[in-house]
Amino acid sequence: MRVAPEYYLSLAGLMFVIGVVGALIRRNAIVIFMFVELMLNAVNLAFVTFARMWGHVDGQVLVFFVLVVAAAEVVVGLAIILLISRNRGSSDVDDVNLLRW
Amino acid sequence: MIEIIVFGVVFVVALGSSLAMLFAKNAVHAALFLVATQIALALAFLLEGGQFIAAIQIIVYAGAIMVLFLFVIMLLGVDKKEPLIEPLTGQRPLAIGLGAVLAAEMLWVAWRGIEFAAGGGDAAGRLVDTNQDPGNVLAVARVLFSKYLLPFEATSVMLVVAIVGVMVLARRMGMTTPGEVAAGAGEESDLASPGGGATG
Repeated sequence: MRVAPEYYLSLAGLMFVIGVVGALIRRNAIVIFMFVELMLNAVNLAFVTFARMWGHVDGQVLVFFVLVVAAAEVVVGLAIILLISRNRGSSDVDDVNLLRW
Repeated sequence: MIEIIVFGVVFVVALGSSLAMLFAKNAVHAALFLVATQIALALAFLLEGGQFIAAIQIIVYAGAIMVLFLFVIMLLGVDKKEPLIEPLTGQRPLAIGLGAVLAAEMLWVAWRGIEFAAGGGDAAGRLVDTNQDPGNVLAVARVLFSKYLLPFEATSVMLVVAIVGVMVLARRMGMTTPGEVAAGAGEESDLASPGGGATG
């Protein structure tokens, strides 16, 4: 007996929503980045579920691409956060207001 | 039957540790809860027949990426607590309200829209085994290296660009001008830079 895809998609959707809310209410740039990773993970789960629904393996290949892009994004993003906190002394996103008047 | 039990565990662990991430004050705790979520998701991938993706999820996500996160947290200092004051008034309730609306939409799409996606038929009846080839890895490789060969090569270019970009961003010392080298050509800079030793 198999679990229907609706349950997997509900799990993916709820995790995505938690990622969105976390990215909106947290202040630390690294923690915001972690919530972005959580959203990517939720999308990966949806991809794998759709791959099983349609009987194609293409969804799993797309998960592979999402993983590679996420790795590159994390590396560049963490380097930028490191630079900002080195220059401004904190990794709080509200401290980065140079472009604000 | 076993799939239902394992899926229940995955559901509780994944949702519970993502919610715990939301309430964790310490960044290291949030990172560890994210690792728990990712391992639970790897189990979900295994349940859905994606063995290759499950292994990659643990190796790349829970392994490499999260270690990178922990490195940066340690580098920036872990003991900084987030301030509780909100610079934007009403941002937090607004975000939670938006999240509730989004959650309702997601659940509606997952339970109603799936019939539309499946062409009106019973969605659960359409579950197909994705592994017609001998093994999931072979099936993924067949598609990856034929249909998606060009995107695959493009990702390699993207990785090289990311590596070069990070090296440019993260360099701090080393790129000293000749004036600085001559000024600092004292006791240790002879070892650090051969050019400084020659001028000093």
